[in-house]
Amino acid sequence: MSSKKSIVVIGNGMVGHKYLELLVQKLEQSGQRNDYELITFCEEPRVAYDRVHLSAYFSGTSADELSLVEEGFYEKHGITLHLNDKAVAIDREAKVVQSAQGKQVAYDKLVLATGSYPFVPPVEGAEREDCFVYRTIEDLEAITEAGSRSRVGAVVGGGLLGLEAAKALKDMGLKTHVVEFAPRLMTVQVDDGGGRMLRKMIEELGVEVHTGKNTQCIEQGESCKHVMRFADGESLETDVILFSAGIRPRDELARACELEVGPRGGIVIDNSCLTTDKSIYAIGECALWDGKIFGLVAPGYDMARVAVDHLLESENEFAGADMSTKLKLMGVDVASIGDAQGATQGSKSCVYVDERQRIYKKLVISEDDKRLLGAVLVGDAEDYGNLLQMMLNDIELPEHPEALILPSLDGMAKPALGVDALPATAQICSCNNVSKGDLASAIEGGCMTVGDLKSCTAAATSCGGCAALVKDVLNAELKARGVEVNNHICEHFEYSRQELEHMVRVEKIRSFEDLLGKHGNGRGCDICKPAVASILATTWNEHVIEPHLAQLQDTNDYFMANMQKDGTYSVVPRVPGGEITAEKLIVLGEVAKKFGLYTKITGGQRIDLFGARVEQLPLIWKELVDAGFESGHAYGKAVRTVKSCVGSTWCRYGVQDSVGMAILMEERYRGIRSPHKLKFAVSGCTRECAEAQVKDVGVIATENGWNLYVAGNGGMKPRHADLFATDLDDETLIKYVDRFLMFYIRTADRLQRTARWLENLEGGLDYLKEVVIEDKLGIGEELEAQMQMLVDTYECEWKKTIENPEKLKRFRHFVNSESNDSNVVFVQERGQIRPATEDEREELKEKAA
Amino acid sequence: MNWVDICSIDDIVPNTGVGALIQGHQVAIFRLLGSDELYAIDNYDPASSANVLSRGLVGDLGGKVVVASPIYKHHYCLQDGVCLEDAGYSVNVHEIRVSNGRVEVRLGEGVMERAA
Repeated sequence: MSSKKSIVVIGNGMVGHKYLELLVQKLEQSGQRNDYELITFCEEPRVAYDRVHLSAYFSGTSADELSLVEEGFYEKHGITLHLNDKAVAIDREAKVVQSAQGKQVAYDKLVLATGSYPFVPPVEGAEREDCFVYRTIEDLEAITEAGSRSRVGAVVGGGLLGLEAAKALKDMGLKTHVVEFAPRLMTVQVDDGGGRMLRKMIEELGVEVHTGKNTQCIEQGESCKHVMRFADGESLETDVILFSAGIRPRDELARACELEVGPRGGIVIDNSCLTTDKSIYAIGECALWDGKIFGLVAPGYDMARVAVDHLLESENEFAGADMSTKLKLMGVDVASIGDAQGATQGSKSCVYVDERQRIYKKLVISEDDKRLLGAVLVGDAEDYGNLLQMMLNDIELPEHPEALILPSLDGMAKPALGVDALPATAQICSCNNVSKGDLASAIEGGCMTVGDLKSCTAAATSCGGCAALVKDVLNAELKARGVEVNNHICEHFEYSRQELEHMVRVEKIRSFEDLLGKHGNGRGCDICKPAVASILATTWNEHVIEPHLAQLQDTNDYFMANMQKDGTYSVVPRVPGGEITAEKLIVLGEVAKKFGLYTKITGGQRIDLFGARVEQLPLIWKELVDAGFESGHAYGKAVRTVKSCVGSTWCRYGVQDSVGMAILMEERYRGIRSPHKLKFAVSGCTRECAEAQVKDVGVIATENGWNLYVAGNGGMKPRHADLFATDLDDETLIKYVDRFLMFYIRTADRLQRTARWLENLEGGLDYLKEVVIEDKLGIGEELEAQMQMLVDTYECEWKKTIENPEKLKRFRHFVNSESNDSNVVFVQERGQIRPATEDEREELKEKAA
Repeated sequence: MNWVDICSIDDIVPNTGVGALIQGHQVAIFRLLGSDELYAIDNYDPASSANVLSRGLVGDLGGKVVVASPIYKHHYCLQDGVCLEDAGYSVNVHEIRVSNGRVEVRLGEGVMERAA
């Protein structure tokens, strides 16, 4: 027998996994890891995954992507995982768990994290074929299969999960119905008024809502597979039925071993999450605390924290949880805070309804008008963070609390909560338990952006509901530390890049002098000049080397080549999609040979020619242009390459012509200037040989079209791209990319890649989708038109330059001499040139002398 | 040292620089705003050991007229040659004037001393 303490966790859902993660972390930090043996049972065939975002499975997120478990986590931390094996009995006397596969595992402490099961009302016929629940990935797989051969679907239950399920059915192309027993939707979270507004908005999306319906039985249908018969005599024909009528705790193991359970189920726990057996904890949705089951993930995580702390004898108590939530249901923002129904004695409410814009907001206020008790927000949940903090921290209400939910009309600032009013203990991110104090210490430690805070504290990384608040805390803390928080581009303009872009476009400004004269001061500098040049380029698309624009360009854009460390340049002709003929390859080789250039294949599937002196550039380009090459814009903050794999044309796995799409995109977006460089890739199948998921714009072929990924990044701080839209046809793909790029170009900061831009974009990916896909701002067509203008006015800068003797004058090292820069010296290495080191240069000079 | 004729003022695009070779010494010449605001400093960027300053962007920082080296972006004051980021990297300043539409430069004393 080992002397190690054995901890057994039954259930590997979100909460069970969180428990193990926290426990391992604490044990490893305190050097006690070897004193414990950790074992977990998981009845499902896969380890813990994100059930909260389960619906994302329908929009293309894979089971792997939903996984919450870092690859190799259990192996790395020495945790024994019994996958696909269900714990079936607990012998409390012997302290042994028995599994379905016959394993006997002894424990010192046992943790029950068995979760809940979906409640299926006792309706006759509920067991018929194509009737499902909505809980596991296996459920979703079965629903997908059934959906693919059905026309009509119905969801029983109009709660939070039911509406998610309805969205899934609708996305599958089914005529969708929601059947709710109660007289309104989301009975727990919203009130009558909110429910009405929500219903209206959901019906507008084409989902039929039936409230006050008590399903009596399900029988063989006529036009569809089933007919649902309701108590009021009405009926509904449908092919698929999803039950989403609430959850029930999985307490059967606890019952069988005679732990105390509640009258309506749930394993009774105390403030330390202990059951009536002091060797057994229960956490998550299976646990009953103070007569309550908590069906959200945040309280489950809290319980996991408490149970870990109790085991390790540090103080922590579960004190209940705030059940406030903010979510997006079928694109409709819904939030519920505290006492949403106004159940508190003497409470009063303030309501704002705008049926035109589909907004419903309600505040529930204490009898003395001083405290916020609860709120309901439908259609616009932007105030959620503020209101939640007011309620949680008992902050005194302003004199006119109604102003908190009224729209801010021109010139009238909303009474902001002021994050300064929050105590350090205020929990900002409830998903990951990050307090204002945690954020403050991270900022003290050097975090300067929301992106920094996300990676440092995990705040705003789960549901994202607190992102705006995190930003407010950041700004307030930076200000308090005397860090000037401004996004002014430089000392010459007291504006951000986005503001400058707006001025140029709206005021039709065409030159730097004009902009500086109207809105800036001084002469400008190496920061604002190229930034304004880029803005002018995307707004008016005049040639970058026109004299009034040339003076603004960095040397790379000025000479249309990439300056290297010794002052020579490299030349990169465009090779769209990385596809090149033998003839063109030979030309590149011959040009390199003739001018003695060093050649290297780039990461973007083209060929870089190094060591060109400034006066050689036009001569090199003359030959390249004659052979049909164009500028590759490797020197610009512009679209670089569209990398591609060979696709369905040659590859036996390819499902679409990835090279064709890559060439189409590269030729469409070539030459467009942007806040930073842009890299694209197109893969012909899910094997992803073109590595599209680390690109600003990544496209991956599917059987049905293209999946679009955005805001990926390799480089210094890699970022996996986000799946933006699935199964697009060519036209829609280009439309979305046009809008995405132009929105980025208009709103990003200078030198901010798409990855950092999206991380800092308020509202994040959801907001971006609203702007690009749903056209929330109503600027979709304008963005497309601007992109089309750029596409239509494209010209190869190099072709234009070599045709113009006046422009060629600048390509010389000395204005008064034909000599070359004597400081540029090459030596040979591996059969090619490279710049001489300083020592080598001296040596060569001495030899020559 | 005498004034040396370099080029026509029109050979320099306003708000940019050109390189010039004066008695074996590389000089960066800048034309700012109108015709009469001219500056001349060494073309050699000590921070990158390359002759590139003539290809830098000009502007002003904190009231000083500067050029930014295109390689590591050090800023050199066009009036006194001092590097704003690191005074150890300062460059020579040369006299410059326009005479009958021609740009003329006289190499600074620092260069003369080093040459001697």
